[in-house]
Amino acid sequence: MSEVKYSKEHEWIKLDGDVATIGITKHATEMLGDIVFAELPEKGSSVEKDGTAGVVESTKAASDVYTPVSGEVVDTNQAIVDDPSKINQDPEDSAWFFKLKIKDPSEMDTLMNKDDYDKFAKETSA
Amino acid sequence: METKKTSLYQLHQDCNAKFVEFAGYQMPIQYSEGIVEEHKFTRNHSGIFDVSHMGQLFIYGGEDLIKDLEKIFPLDLKNLKLNHSKYSFLMDKDAGIHDDLIITKTKEGFLIILNAACKDNDFKILKEFLGDKYKMVLDENRSLIAIQGPKSSEILNDVINGVKDLNFMSGNWFTFENQKVYITRSGYTGEDGFEISIVNDFVDQLTRELINKGSKLIGLGARDTLRLEAGLCLYGHDLDKDKTPVEANLKWAISKERISKGDFIGSDIIIKQLNDGVSKIRVGIKPEGRIIAREKTKIFNQSDVHIGEITSGTFGPSVNGPVAMGYVENEFSKKNTKVFLEVRGKKHPASICSLPFYKKSYVKGVN
Repeated sequence: MSEVKYSKEHEWIKLDGDVATIGITKHATEMLGDIVFAELPEKGSSVEKDGTAGVVESTKAASDVYTPVSGEVVDTNQAIVDDPSKINQDPEDSAWFFKLKIKDPSEMDTLMNKDDYDKFAKETSA
Repeated sequence: METKKTSLYQLHQDCNAKFVEFAGYQMPIQYSEGIVEEHKFTRNHSGIFDVSHMGQLFIYGGEDLIKDLEKIFPLDLKNLKLNHSKYSFLMDKDAGIHDDLIITKTKEGFLIILNAACKDNDFKILKEFLGDKYKMVLDENRSLIAIQGPKSSEILNDVINGVKDLNFMSGNWFTFENQKVYITRSGYTGEDGFEISIVNDFVDQLTRELINKGSKLIGLGARDTLRLEAGLCLYGHDLDKDKTPVEANLKWAISKERISKGDFIGSDIIIKQLNDGVSKIRVGIKPEGRIIAREKTKIFNQSDVHIGEITSGTFGPSVNGPVAMGYVENEFSKKNTKVFLEVRGKKHPASICSLPFYKKSYVKGVN
């Protein structure tokens, strides 16, 4: 299993073979506040790198969720749709959003590692 | 223009508030526990809201002032008891709403609580009508806090003895550290509670004492979810100059006595609308499932015809689901009417419902 990578839109992605698990970062949940609604892409649909692949809403506002890589949606996490507060509780593990069969592994190289993301998150929220 | 800070700014910072700019003020949107927890704490215990950005307009006068204010507001102020409050609106001649407000009759005249974004304009309008006949003070030296929720009466009474004997929508002068404070049993959350007008120099101390007794500061975020669950309007969203009190389904706030005479600003339109009906009206809207329909969401009927728009919508933590209100064409305003809400290009089912979403628990008579 490869290391976890991060996007500028505050998604995390973990690759296992050719299947990537994607969710939003703890930093993103802290910025959003209490998440009360989640919408996920349809299983079997194709998503393009940096395209919209879902929505999360806090009491205050709606925000798009983007996919950091292209691929076919092979699984979605119904548990976070049924209880969106799980996203605040465990964003970088059990509250994953969707799994993709990825199209182009080289897209992973455009993403940040943990140290770079932490720095990026700190700078952009300051 | 530089944003203003209320006298509780330091306390907000001490409590790790996240700030937003609201009506020219730096205001706390939430504290570290977040909107949902703050909302529930208010419903179950007691929450303190800094609403010092709102206008506190004192108008001093007697019988003449009552007569002159009755030419402006659709209220029976003559028969309003001393220290009693009424919800009302400042309208234009077409009955469009400049602001919604709470007016209280005091020994000295009237105290009117105005929305922050509207208060300067309201003052100008009222000054134009009243001229220099009365002393009018939009008091910047006083702060305003609200304490809301079931434990509030006990907590506030521990600090300022006697407040627990106030009835809903009535008030009086009390003292705190030898300072005169005006307290009304009112609020905007659907809970029992109080609003406290106190000089700026003492608001920090009072608020800290209330926190020590078990209340907590609550931000504007939870204030919004609380008032929406309680079915209460937010000016600039659910109310504005293009809407009348009759369209806003607030005719309960218009005095029947005054309607028969009809000599207040906007009365021609109000009377006409009360007799002939209105083409659009404010309703509660309950989306099916979890979809949140926010302000400006379009509302369609079952034949896919556009019939209205959402004016406020969010997730209601106590209802544990989405809640909204908006304006629809009158023929679709009946309870349980099926409608569709267009969110991100898709139409989602919802139904018209009665307000409030969350049942109020006001204290009507403690004596």
